[in-house]
Amino acid sequence: MNARNSLSRRSLLTGGLAGGFLLAFHLPLRAAINEPVQPLDNTQGKFAPNAFIRIDETGRTVLIMPQVEMGQGTYTSISAVLAEELDADWSKVEVQHAPPNDKLYGNPTFGLQVTGNSNSIRAWWLPLRKAGATARAMLVQAAAAQWGVEPASCSASKGEVAHDASGRKLGYGELALAAQAQTPPKDVAIKDPKDFVLIGQPLKRLDTPDKVNGKALYGIDAILPGMKIAAIANCPVFGGKVGKVDDSAATKVAGVRKVVVLDDAVAVIGDHMWAAKKGLEALKIEWNEGSNAEISTKDIWDDLRKASQKDGAIARSDGDIAKALASGDKFEAAYELPFLAHASMEPINATVHVKPDSCEIWTGTQIMTRVQSEAAKAAGLPVDKVIVNNHLLGGGFGRKLEPDMVVAAVKIAKQVDYPVKVVWTREEDIQHDVYRPVYRDQITASLVDGKVSGWKYKVAGSAVLARWLPPAFQKGIDIDAVDAAVDAPYDFANFHVEYVRAEPLSVPTGFWRGVGPNNNVFAVECAMDELARKAGKDPIEFRKSMLTKNPRMLAVLDQVAEKSGWGQPLPPRVGRGVCVQPSFASFIATVVEAEIDDIGEITLRRVTSVVDTGIAVNPDTVKAQIEGGLIFGLTAALYGEITIDKGRVQQSNFHDYRMMRINETPKIEVIVVKSGEAPGGIGEAGVNAGPPALRNAIYAATGVALRRLPIDRKLLAAGKKA
Amino acid sequence: MHMATTLSINGETKSFDAPPDMPLLWVLRDILGMTGTKFGCGIAQCGACTVHIDGKAVRSCVLPVSAVENRNVTTIEHVGSTPAGAKVQKAWLEAEVIQCGYCQSGQIMAAAALLAATPNPDDSDIDAAMAGNICRCGTYVRIREAIKQAANGRQS
Repeated sequence: MNARNSLSRRSLLTGGLAGGFLLAFHLPLRAAINEPVQPLDNTQGKFAPNAFIRIDETGRTVLIMPQVEMGQGTYTSISAVLAEELDADWSKVEVQHAPPNDKLYGNPTFGLQVTGNSNSIRAWWLPLRKAGATARAMLVQAAAAQWGVEPASCSASKGEVAHDASGRKLGYGELALAAQAQTPPKDVAIKDPKDFVLIGQPLKRLDTPDKVNGKALYGIDAILPGMKIAAIANCPVFGGKVGKVDDSAATKVAGVRKVVVLDDAVAVIGDHMWAAKKGLEALKIEWNEGSNAEISTKDIWDDLRKASQKDGAIARSDGDIAKALASGDKFEAAYELPFLAHASMEPINATVHVKPDSCEIWTGTQIMTRVQSEAAKAAGLPVDKVIVNNHLLGGGFGRKLEPDMVVAAVKIAKQVDYPVKVVWTREEDIQHDVYRPVYRDQITASLVDGKVSGWKYKVAGSAVLARWLPPAFQKGIDIDAVDAAVDAPYDFANFHVEYVRAEPLSVPTGFWRGVGPNNNVFAVECAMDELARKAGKDPIEFRKSMLTKNPRMLAVLDQVAEKSGWGQPLPPRVGRGVCVQPSFASFIATVVEAEIDDIGEITLRRVTSVVDTGIAVNPDTVKAQIEGGLIFGLTAALYGEITIDKGRVQQSNFHDYRMMRINETPKIEVIVVKSGEAPGGIGEAGVNAGPPALRNAIYAATGVALRRLPIDRKLLAAGKKA
Repeated sequence: MHMATTLSINGETKSFDAPPDMPLLWVLRDILGMTGTKFGCGIAQCGACTVHIDGKAVRSCVLPVSAVENRNVTTIEHVGSTPAGAKVQKAWLEAEVIQCGYCQSGQIMAAAALLAATPNPDDSDIDAAMAGNICRCGTYVRIREAIKQAANGRQS
């Protein structure tokens, strides 16, 4: 396979890694320089019809990616969408990270260059198809002009324009300069989906060949001439400040270059991470911890439970909820979800070189332009003096929607004249995250004739969006916090949703893969199972009776029942649980089968998901995202909880903030339904499915109705009942 | 404090100055500039830093460089030149295992060492060899599939 992307340019520049390293080793010993740079978008001598497509005279087709690649496969899917309408030669397609530019690369949904909310394909589906189709039309016009024929008599395929009547052909490379001179057509036609040749195919990912041999570059891999490495200690208590620092021992550590004291953190710069880390350990730091040093998890939950008693802002109200709840068989429950850390495998890092008149950054971020503007503020420079070189992300999961690590790195780099790579230890990464908020979701419902008649749902928790994108917070409603609650898929005649904003004491909160739907799908689907039992009905039949107006959901639910063996006999203490979810405009039904032993330990036996995400741009990527998302969500259900004591996060690394491992992973079957509907989001959807489906499997196996995550094994020992 | 150290890495002899207690991971990344080996946890919990020492999978984040002097270190940059490594890389791409990819250097090193020692691993062999490697993207189902595919050895 040819080198398919420009993501490891430096390895090409050095003629392959081995050659480059060999050279470096025989020179004075120092790290090989890789200095990954955001390639300049040079359109000279190229067909450059818009911000996304660059075709040079050899036909090399570079596609510039407005969304970032953090494992979700978007570089390949976005390329497929562009290449489809462009009729590009897929084997000549290369991808390039976009530079920061909201005007050119701003996500159409947010107006910001952001990758999140599983919306890359949804947001760009039409704009990129039009961009590709317009470019194709210009290439056809150029060929037709050269041949003196009507454009309509020409066709395009695999990077060539053909005049079918005469059999003449011209490659896109040959047409590049002439196409550049063409006027773009005003209203360009996009393809009928039946004519797709790339979209819908399980195309091989463009980013993976360099990920099997160590060549792929993440932010943490940047190496610049003269660069030093910094380790950082943030104040262990949120909001605390640095008091006194005694660096007498630290500066004696071999390889330590400088100790940098910031307002709320201390960093040690060294020749390498080992020196920096040892230097940091040798510091004596007194912190001014402030009033947050008194706070514990219990205080936060006491607060949230109290706040959740208040009336909330009304996010939806159909029918007459008071009347509906006054009759029928009444149900009440509250579901509680813990703080979670992101723990992407690539620990937080940023490399910065501050010069008197510029600031250059190497990192992997989900939010390019915000990193640029926040860095500019920290550096005291105009925005256009800040260069951001983005990279592949070693996981994002929402943590890299924040610019804090870059801001801190800029403040450190300002103190020296060389580039500094600031690498957070895993302990710093876990203890200084922006956490998935604690939520408390209360449901009051009434059953009449075996169906839900009244449904009152109240979410209480942090409004992440109000901090992150203030204009989106309107009338007291955080549209993320109520996502998948206001649009729960069931037809309840009396359907009422409220939101109570409750910010947890001291703990910063942020987006976490699966976002708002994580808490809402969990609470809704747990309650639906409890209501089904109250109504004496099978959980799937009960749901189906209220999904009659939702044919896509019904179809996936029927199929998952069949594929999972729903209703087939099971051994004692083995159960199946179901979850349906409306999140991210995808329709997904999932069944988890789990066994609970006599001491309450859980073995996942099997997971089946049926997914209708509309047109699946890359069906294999859809499968992979659901498989991985399920494990991400199940990990949280089984193990995930960040707790606070004396204002500090108590967990620190993978020994006490556990991840699922391969030996705990069940068989997972994902079925992607063929559909002609517009594409839905998929990168986070699997995360939503795992916890409620597992919890409902436990409910089926043991009769214990868990209402908190993570799962408390003590409640599941044999003999316990709800 | 710093000492001249000589290592055999990927078949080549490297000499450099490093403190004897410096973990091999940081020597590779910060002194030799070989960034394919990843930092994940620093306490041998996640396996992102896995390399081979004399063919065995080892966590380089807790391995003092002085302990591997004059032994053969193989990293992800070179594992493709071993028969098992090449099979694993190929199977990884065929099964489209990878998502973000950050842990996959370590996964591939662990899988290659497994296959070199146990050419036809069963599920419990795979669990034993791979349970030390965390993948936050959750690619475990495909890792298992790819190891079996590599073991079945469709070589080309």
